Amino acid sequence: MAVNAERSANSELWQRDSRARHFRERAIKIVLAACAYASVLTTFGIVFVLIFETINFFREVSILDFLTSTKWTASFANPSFGIIVLASGTILTTLIAIAVALPVGLLAAIYLSEYASPRLRRWLKPALEILAGVPTIVYGYFALTFVTPLLQNAIPSLPIFNVLSAGLVMGVMIIPTIASVSEDAIYAVPRSLREGAYALGATRRETATRIVVPAALSGIVAATILGISRAVGETMIVAVAAGNLAQLCLSPSQSCQTMTAFIVQVASGDTPTGSLTYSTIFAVGSTLFLMTLVLNIVSYMFVRRFRETY
Amino acid sequence: MATKSGAPARQKGGPEGGGPVFRSSMSARHTLDWVFTALVFAATMIGLVVLAVLLVDVARDGLPRLSWEFITNFSSSTPERTGIYPALLGSLWLLGLTAVVSVPLGVGAAIYLEEYARDNWLTRLIEVNISNLAGVPSIIYGLLGLGIFVNLLGSVTGGQSLISGALTLSLLILPVIIIATREAFRTIPNAVREGGYALGATRWEVIRSHLLPMALPGALTGTILALSRAIGETAPLIVVGAATYITFAPEGPQSSYSALPIQIYNWVSQPQEGFQVAAAAGIVVLMLVLLLTNSVAIALRNRYQRRG
Repeated sequence: MAVNAERSANSELWQRDSRARHFRERAIKIVLAACAYASVLTTFGIVFVLIFETINFFREVSILDFLTSTKWTASFANPSFGIIVLASGTILTTLIAIAVALPVGLLAAIYLSEYASPRLRRWLKPALEILAGVPTIVYGYFALTFVTPLLQNAIPSLPIFNVLSAGLVMGVMIIPTIASVSEDAIYAVPRSLREGAYALGATRRETATRIVVPAALSGIVAATILGISRAVGETMIVAVAAGNLAQLCLSPSQSCQTMTAFIVQVASGDTPTGSLTYSTIFAVGSTLFLMTLVLNIVSYMFVRRFRETY
Repeated sequence: MATKSGAPARQKGGPEGGGPVFRSSMSARHTLDWVFTALVFAATMIGLVVLAVLLVDVARDGLPRLSWEFITNFSSSTPERTGIYPALLGSLWLLGLTAVVSVPLGVGAAIYLEEYARDNWLTRLIEVNISNLAGVPSIIYGLLGLGIFVNLLGSVTGGQSLISGALTLSLLILPVIIIATREAFRTIPNAVREGGYALGATRWEVIRSHLLPMALPGALTGTILALSRAIGETAPLIVVGAATYITFAPEGPQSSYSALPIQIYNWVSQPQEGFQVAAAAGIVVLMLVLLLTNSVAIALRNRYQRRG
């Protein structure tokens, strides 16, 4: 290094070194690119597995029965597979969850971006995020052993396993998702809009509800759809607290089974590979995947819209 | 809204009592403003209150049951004698194996996308793909693991084994790690890269000697948070076949296993009161493990940030 060697030898060394470095650079780039493509492989893997087993399922069950039947009796001798039954459980729990999480999450987002001081905001935001970090099995336990007895005090006829309790707790779980994404959208509304409203004599509440929230609407819609997607895919709360009764789910005081809870119920037992029950969970999984995929794409489109406007 | 609600407010009267319409409407608007402020504050607090109630409830149910025996006992059909030892070990194994698989893969992918990839359709495809993967429900990853790692590659992974579980969890948290690491690389000013190139360093040399150390705190925090999410996951592990009743500690990657959330789920599903208490104690252990990993993340971040 510090030695003053002959010039020629030095430059030769440099050249060889440079070639080695060049080779190493290319090798590293290829390895890193391979890591990035692994994520694409994951998607292919999911799609491949779901399609493969779903085809197996529809070899034995007619699509018509799957889409129109109102009975889900997968374990019976003469089984009927009406996905509507499981979908009704998923839809009802999701509706309850959103009924809790949308108003609470949106109001919290308004507070965080329009009312809270920056210092308070720095504390409150991560504190709310903890809600999203609590394992879902813990929420399941909480719904079953705390919320359900509480609800039973108010509604004595409520069964131990019910959709209401599961949906409410699921709503609490989704609050940070809706609050955080809505807050980003509300925060992105330009200051000039607020100042314009104040200049016209609007109060803080009027500015927030009539100027800022409408301006951030597409972001709030995106947050809501994202929350719905979370609720649809949520598993352990419903598996623990909603009861595993595959019946058409029409009332919150019922025991119901969701699509996710069905997959868990079958997977907890011993299911031989290649059996009809085995491919059933993949058919249900495909339905679930399609539902969340559509929701995520729609949400993504709304997010793009609010980013483009401001 | 303000004009509509002006009427009831007029009855209450302004400060001077029944002044002009405009004035009493003002006070109604201010009352409503006050109510709204209270409302948004309450909404923010609801989540935190529920969180506090949840933690207190679990601690009250579970702490009295927690003992050294509970941590070192194997699971048993007698609720009073059951313990969490194999599940705890299983979770630690999963944590280690998942980290070994997902961290290099995730950080590698992030470096490629931030530092190497050109902005073309292929790169955008990968990006859309990653953000979409982050929205896929975890149970779907379970089905992927069941189809690929447990059945298709069963002869390599040992079927319903620790490594199958760890690979499934790795794919699950990969998008989170990639997104966090990219964020960390993006905050590094371009001057650092240009300075490195000007001194004759190659792209990789700049990454290794400068960018990686600078991105470390952010990447590390995101990664550990992702790993702690993996520890709490239940649904995908049930699908890839974590056992609920196991009488031995896992011996290696191909061993069958249980995990903390799986054991808790099993206990919650039992009708006996004693198992519910055991579930609460299990939750306390799980939350302590999560608290530990999260504190490590925060401590590491603080330490590196001071140095940076």
